[in-house]
Amino acid sequence: MIDRAPRRPVYRSLGFHVVLCGASLIMLYPLLWMFASSVKPNAEIFESASLWPAHWNFTAYPRGWNGLQVSFGRFFWNSMVISVLSVCGNVLSCSLAAYAVSRLKFPGRNTCFALMLGTLMIPYQVTLVPQYILFLNLDWVNTWLPLVVPKFMAVDAFFIFLLTQFFRGLPRELDEAAVMDGCSPWRIYWNIILPLSVPALATAAIFTFIFTWDDFFGPLIYLSDIENFTVQLGLRGFLDSAGQSDWGAMFAMAVLTLLPVLALFLFFQRLLIEGIATTGIKR
Amino acid sequence: MRQHHRARLTVLDVSVPSIATAPQQTRVRRRRRPSLAGYLFLLPWLAGFFGLTIGPALASLYLSFTNYDLIGAPQFVGLANYVRIMTADSKVADSVHVTLLYVAMSVPLKLGFALAIAMILNKGIMGLPIYRALFYLPSLLGASVAIATLWRRVFAGDGLLNHVLLQFGVVGPSWVSDPNTALYTLVALSVWQFGSPMIIFLAGLRQLPKDLYEAASLDGATPRQQFWRITLPILTPVIFFNMVVQTIDAFKAFTPAFIISGGSGGPINSTLFYTLYLYQEAFGYLRMGYASALAWLLVLAIVAVTAIAFVTERLWVHYDD
Repeated sequence: MIDRAPRRPVYRSLGFHVVLCGASLIMLYPLLWMFASSVKPNAEIFESASLWPAHWNFTAYPRGWNGLQVSFGRFFWNSMVISVLSVCGNVLSCSLAAYAVSRLKFPGRNTCFALMLGTLMIPYQVTLVPQYILFLNLDWVNTWLPLVVPKFMAVDAFFIFLLTQFFRGLPRELDEAAVMDGCSPWRIYWNIILPLSVPALATAAIFTFIFTWDDFFGPLIYLSDIENFTVQLGLRGFLDSAGQSDWGAMFAMAVLTLLPVLALFLFFQRLLIEGIATTGIKR
Repeated sequence: MRQHHRARLTVLDVSVPSIATAPQQTRVRRRRRPSLAGYLFLLPWLAGFFGLTIGPALASLYLSFTNYDLIGAPQFVGLANYVRIMTADSKVADSVHVTLLYVAMSVPLKLGFALAIAMILNKGIMGLPIYRALFYLPSLLGASVAIATLWRRVFAGDGLLNHVLLQFGVVGPSWVSDPNTALYTLVALSVWQFGSPMIIFLAGLRQLPKDLYEAASLDGATPRQQFWRITLPILTPVIFFNMVVQTIDAFKAFTPAFIISGGSGGPINSTLFYTLYLYQEAFGYLRMGYASALAWLLVLAIVAVTAIAFVTERLWVHYDD
């Protein structure tokens, strides 16, 4: 749906190509420079804006990996576990809620749906302090629980909407036929609706993963023990300590933290772009 | 925490499901089960809604009238927090100033670039998917700490930008540590991520009716007239959507300012975003009541801005109906 439009021959749009190539080069220059800097000796980072290292040097990677008292591998493990659990929780809880408001009938359904709409408008700062106090009293601070458990409670209403819109597009006859055959709502949800909704579920899963992987604020307030740090906190710790003198190692780790997101983009570009174009999801 | 506050296109065209007319008589027994099932399916959401959203929101409203440092009980102080915010706290004034400047500069520039590049990409040029991916890349990666640290290096006194400027004989300042320029580096970071509104514009441009342009060309309309008289008016709903989403998002920006200023909002409060100040009050000084009051004022500000947007909408946004 996105890629159609009359093509014009290259020679007639040469001017556009020049503008676009120039603009993308300027935009991507910092990213490319960061990658180049991760394989330059430190002295060269400060000396040149070149994208091609004069001296190739890969020692920044092991230096960065072991640059803090805890290895970066630990941060990657933590981030991966938190992100994967968040994806499971978010997709499961949001699809349950979406199934209820899109396919089941019960009193109060409209009210619930309106309330979901309403929660989209509430900024997180408002619930921040009481949530923190709640988790503090549950003794969950400095564990992953405050970052993961809310994801199992469909707190991110946007994904309920995304899935609701998709579920509504599925033919109702499916449910009716299944009910005739004696299927319970749970079996209709699990065996019919979910398998038919893989593209929407995948879009929700990918965006949840990227948002969780990149999340800085949540880990910042809830995780204080370096053993529990996510990659984002690890990078920040690096910036505050060794990073000031060892930018090569800093950039090496920064590049590594971007790789999972880049990989998702490479494999699921279509889903991501269509997700943005059709729902206006941010990022 | 970014995920809690995204306004969405879907929000605009969501229709509340109508209660289907309930099946009568004999099916009473059948109806009972689905209705119970509905609540069971909603159980996780209901728990989250009351336990993590509405409950905490009300608690925060109460706390905003108290002093509370996590130790001991909250002390009720009436409107004292709000009075101090409005009259006695110069850092609030600074942070409001910084935040408004940031919103006012970053949103129009970002949307301008997004629309301009989308218009070029919509000319039917070859390699569109590649260009689109390249321009989208900064949006994809931009929210990470990695990019914020990169930014700090790019705009440092001996950073990338000044190296490039030096090739042209210009000696640049230390952008991030000069209070006069630090905020602009954050604006640049935001504008750099114009990719996602660009994708939305691109989708909007694809919906433009071709016959209107053919008719306009036949009538001798110049490309410029076509842009101002056809393209722009038809795109206004998309512009409006992007504007509202980006504005609300800019009000809530946190990570870049935190990383670039090392959490301080400096130099001299020049990057002290309102959200950053709120964070400092809550988790730096443990003034939970005061931070709650700041949070509620942020809500009021966002609600007010959104309301103004929707009130002025009819003056310039065209929906064909």
